[in-house]
Amino acid sequence: MALSKYRVGVVTFPGSLDDRDALRAVRLAGAEPVPLWHGEKWLSDVVAVILPGGFSYGDYLRAGAIARFSPAMQSVIDGARNGMPVLGICNGFQVLCEAHLLPGALIRNDHRKFVCRDQRLRIENTETAWTNQYEAGQEIVVPLKNGEGGYVADPATLDALEADGRVVARYLGDNPNGSYRAIAGITNEAGNVVGLMPHPEHAVEELTGPSTDGLAFFTSVLQKLVGIPA
Amino acid sequence: MARVVVDVVMKPEILDPQGQAILGALGRLGIEGVRGVRQGKHFELDVDDSVSEETLHRLADTLLANPVIEDFSIHR
Repeated sequence: MALSKYRVGVVTFPGSLDDRDALRAVRLAGAEPVPLWHGEKWLSDVVAVILPGGFSYGDYLRAGAIARFSPAMQSVIDGARNGMPVLGICNGFQVLCEAHLLPGALIRNDHRKFVCRDQRLRIENTETAWTNQYEAGQEIVVPLKNGEGGYVADPATLDALEADGRVVARYLGDNPNGSYRAIAGITNEAGNVVGLMPHPEHAVEELTGPSTDGLAFFTSVLQKLVGIPA
Repeated sequence: MARVVVDVVMKPEILDPQGQAILGALGRLGIEGVRGVRQGKHFELDVDDSVSEETLHRLADTLLANPVIEDFSIHR
């Protein structure tokens, strides 16, 4: 497929769990999946990067706190600031917050239990590099699994996120983890960096997911990249 | 060489589910009168005398604590 020239990297940290599924989702979307190692600073000519779910560095200190300082993350931070699309899923979202590429932080679920379920979400921003293939207000179902998924930020930051339309996805139904304003995902000002607590990479095939609703995250970035002169 | 202690606690306005779990366990232990528990982290660093206060502050502010959700104090 012609689109396979678009190399989308997935960083594996010690303790990453969902890197294989993220690579698979990239392939199903029609791009070329490229495994990246946390200890390598060179990003191998990838045009976009995904930080997968899991427990990087055992969640020592705070979830994502150690991963933020890995050599690969230095390149990801540089790339993100230059407009490269970056998607952080679950632990990847935590890493992006720790790296200050996204505002706020993720803390332990308010009910103190790990949550694992199929979760209904509303996509509220379809302008980002990772959500342009959704319709505004579209409701989707993808798996959610986290122990520290509560999104928090100070009221001024939350108000700014809402005012700027930077809430990418919101939980529908019961709030699964105590996230302020039921926020499931946010983006940066430029729309190239997205952090998401639920797992679209687990909902890309009928056989293994509750839906195929997650695939559009990965086709979205391809659509975004096709618009860039190669 | 000096022993430097850095204590990190969640900001008062941030929910601390672990502290709440501990508070609940205290009740089951039969202890009364404890109104609140906040769990934090305690770091002991052995540092050379040449390490400045500014460096210690940077170390705590960028790695040991996440200033978005946590406060820290440094005791040299």
